[in-house]
Amino acid sequence: MSDSILKTIFGRLTFESFPIHEPILFGTFIVVSLLGLGIVGVVTRYRLWGYLWSEWFTSVDHKKVGIMYIILGIVMLLRGFADALMMRAQQAIAFGANEGYLPPHHYDQIFTAHGTIMIFFVAIPLVVGIINYVMPLQIGARDVAFPFLNNLSFWLTVAGAVLVMISLFVGEFARTGWLSYAPLAGLQYSPDTGVDYYLWALQIAGVGTTLSAINMVATVVKMRAPGMTMMKMPVFVWTALCSNVLAIAIFPALTAAFFLLMLDRYIGTAFFTNDLGGAPMMYWNMVWIWGHPEVYVLILPAFGMYSEITSTFSGKPLFGYSSMVYATVVITILSYLVWLHHFFTMGAGPSVNSFFGIATMVISIPTGAKVFNWLFTMYKGDVRFELPMMWVVAFMLTFVVGGMTGVLLAIPPADFVFHNSLFLVAHFHNTIIGGVVFGLFAAMVYWFPKAFGFKLDEFWGKVAFWGWVIGYWVAWTPIYIVGLMGEPRRVNHFDDPSIQPYFVIAAIGALIILVGILGFVMSILVGFLKREQLRDTTGDPWNGRTLEWSTSSPPPAYNFAITPVVHALDAWHDMKARGYERPRDGFRPVHMPRNTGTGVILSGLALALGFGMVWYMWWLAALSFAGLLAVAIGHTFNLNRDYFIPADEVSRTESQRQQLLLGAGA
Amino acid sequence: MSTEPYDHALHAHGDTMGHGSRRGHRIGSLLAIILTVVPFWLVMSQQGPAPGWTAAVIFALALVQIVVHVVCFLHLDTRSEGGWTLLAFLFTAVIVVLTIGGSVWVMFHLNTNMMPMPGGMTGPVR
Amino acid sequence: MTDHALDPRAASPTWHLAEQEDHDHGGGGATILGFWIYLMSDALIFASLFAMFGVVSTSYAGGPIPREIFDLKLVALNTALLLASSITFGEAMPHMEAGRVGQTRAWLAITGLLGLAFLGIELYEFGQLIAEGASPQRSAFLSAFFTLVGTHGAHVAVGLIWLTVMLIQLGQHGLSLPMKRRLICLSMFWHFLDIIWIGVFTFVYLYGVIR
Repeated sequence: MSDSILKTIFGRLTFESFPIHEPILFGTFIVVSLLGLGIVGVVTRYRLWGYLWSEWFTSVDHKKVGIMYIILGIVMLLRGFADALMMRAQQAIAFGANEGYLPPHHYDQIFTAHGTIMIFFVAIPLVVGIINYVMPLQIGARDVAFPFLNNLSFWLTVAGAVLVMISLFVGEFARTGWLSYAPLAGLQYSPDTGVDYYLWALQIAGVGTTLSAINMVATVVKMRAPGMTMMKMPVFVWTALCSNVLAIAIFPALTAAFFLLMLDRYIGTAFFTNDLGGAPMMYWNMVWIWGHPEVYVLILPAFGMYSEITSTFSGKPLFGYSSMVYATVVITILSYLVWLHHFFTMGAGPSVNSFFGIATMVISIPTGAKVFNWLFTMYKGDVRFELPMMWVVAFMLTFVVGGMTGVLLAIPPADFVFHNSLFLVAHFHNTIIGGVVFGLFAAMVYWFPKAFGFKLDEFWGKVAFWGWVIGYWVAWTPIYIVGLMGEPRRVNHFDDPSIQPYFVIAAIGALIILVGILGFVMSILVGFLKREQLRDTTGDPWNGRTLEWSTSSPPPAYNFAITPVVHALDAWHDMKARGYERPRDGFRPVHMPRNTGTGVILSGLALALGFGMVWYMWWLAALSFAGLLAVAIGHTFNLNRDYFIPADEVSRTESQRQQLLLGAGA
Repeated sequence: MSTEPYDHALHAHGDTMGHGSRRGHRIGSLLAIILTVVPFWLVMSQQGPAPGWTAAVIFALALVQIVVHVVCFLHLDTRSEGGWTLLAFLFTAVIVVLTIGGSVWVMFHLNTNMMPMPGGMTGPVR
Repeated sequence: MTDHALDPRAASPTWHLAEQEDHDHGGGGATILGFWIYLMSDALIFASLFAMFGVVSTSYAGGPIPREIFDLKLVALNTALLLASSITFGEAMPHMEAGRVGQTRAWLAITGLLGLAFLGIELYEFGQLIAEGASPQRSAFLSAFFTLVGTHGAHVAVGLIWLTVMLIQLGQHGLSLPMKRRLICLSMFWHFLDIIWIGVFTFVYLYGVIR
């Protein structure tokens, strides 16, 4: 075949694009393929494809979509953490004459993939997944406002994640850092596929995140149970609302920045180039208009999770509920006014830097107020130090340090010294691990029995807890120290042998975190094996206070057989205190949305579009774009989107639950 | 859903987005035409005062026209959707101002400060 | 279902409500609010593009400047077409509420033709500019101009596709509840594009020519 035909079909994809000459990548590829084949084999062997397709992949049930988001987040956590281990190993050995085992070319891809994956495909899916699962239950709703959109959002996120994973074995990923700054990310300096993979993966996943945020806001506004006024919403619902409002406000800036960079790369415009009047720093400006509020998009829901858990395990209503709500709203607004502190050193001058420096310091005030609220909730409470509560305490101890180093960095002259140093890297890992990740683990342990009907194994849960907490401090304290000494980030080799011990300690810390991660996986596996002992028949294993604990564990597809009426802030606590009795009869048919495969198909086409564009396979891109349009339009012709669960089926499910409760002696 | 007896989804919550009164629409159309014609006339006939003033006038007219469109065509008011659409609109307006104003402010200062100077590095200026 | 719903003055008030259709409905009443929120996020994409344009609006890189390349007569014509299409869409809505399918479709068709004319003229303008050497690759200013105006045009194209689908579905289903809801969303989308255009003709064209 002639070259031009090959080029038309495969674009710039050639045999050289497959990394058969790189042993590390090739080995990873073999392991991943074997694992993948194994999973496919098991699923086929037990004939589970039909079940998975009809009960999960096509499901529009917010609970199942939420669980799928969380599974995606955990799988991608393993990938992102593997990258972290590789970096720690490289930095622990690469001193003086020892070049380590990762050349810059490979090391740069790893730190880019690590950051990109951890934020976009671990933190976001886990946060969105938990909001998806818990929030509708807490407001007494039967599903989210747009169930199909929810399924589509999830699969678009998966499509982005798959595109990043493909880049591991087909071609290369970006070597430009997790935000792919211009002009480095422009075609002139990054001509290969890396940045294109990055852009298409995040653009596709970003559409999913935006749609999901719109969905969640509409759900909170429109679908609260009767009686649940805004100031009777659980704090987690408030934080979910504010986080999603913020996401809607910021993702457009990221979408636009990526879109402009794509135009630069594909048709040769001059937005972020050094010549023809381009403004590379405008790219930084736009991505950080997204980037800083994004931190709050992630951490606000985590604050909500801590609030729910603190209140439940202290046996008290949350201290200062309204101040918590106002602090959340204030953070939502203020977080939009601090973006420039990520590039004080750009040279915008003293007036600009002062404004953003002061705004950054101000935003620590509402955050600090929240910490005091949690402490006062625990004060004189009947505190039960079960696993979720342990995570909350670890969060408070860890996060406060991260917050304070953040205030240090907010001072522009100090930032000129710390900018792009490992001190900064330690700071944001301190806030994201200590703030977001600990919250996600607390939440997963706390709500796991609601989702699956049994608690996680406690021993392994504690292994996970101590592994993460000890591992975090062992891994990041030395990085703070070398950062303070001025070591820069994103380098694969150091000259000064005297700092090597710090990196060795950091690598040991990473291994301790690995124990924590494996401990968490074990707590699920062992919990599953011991599920009969750990079974929750009451639906309320922690003596909870909010509505999700009033239904069974796991909840039926329709969540609530009859819509509850809310009279107080801690609705379920109020119901229990005032002698609430479950309805026994009078059930009516429940109106439910129908499952659909359209979301999976659209996302598959989006994936093909992204792949085609990355490799310049224009025919594939054009075909899949046309397919996207056709399927989307075709979907609007299908008006058969709902069905009713018959009353006697509801009645049967509810009386089974009654039997369970009687058995539990409730 | 088409079997339901009444149009609750559209009216139960006072949802009137996108279909307000006919009179409002006519008034809005008239105002929109005027507010479009005036700035074009100002610029095309070069009748305006100094360019700075003309710019101020056309920007003011554009703001007014945006409000007219939002009120008369999109039928935004304090009641529709329990005030949520208005709240969302105001929040978005604030974010739009911050995004455009902030970016232009920041980048203007960058360009002023980082401009190559005839005498080489002379240190940062305001 | 009222056996457990005790007297609200007693220690145990009403804990449940009879089925509230709009509450547990999964979407019916939330569509319009949800679409409004989507429009807000779309407005912010345009805000970012306006910000980009604002930052590089004088970065001509020695290339053509607005006064040399913008044909205000063409822009005025285009503005008139889009405003007219907004007004004709508004004319369709009372017919929709009164349930008159025929008139609704007729006004929609007129709106679509006006939108198509707008798009045609915009493409003609782009073609002229590129032929004169004022292509998006020439300078950051032109990159931002083509992207901002082109993104608006792409939205109009999407609106036209949606409008065509709507015309077909109105023929199939008449003015049923889902159709009305979609039509209201489309009308919001269309008016929204006209609002963005106010920013474009003022900030890009008129201000570009006088600065």
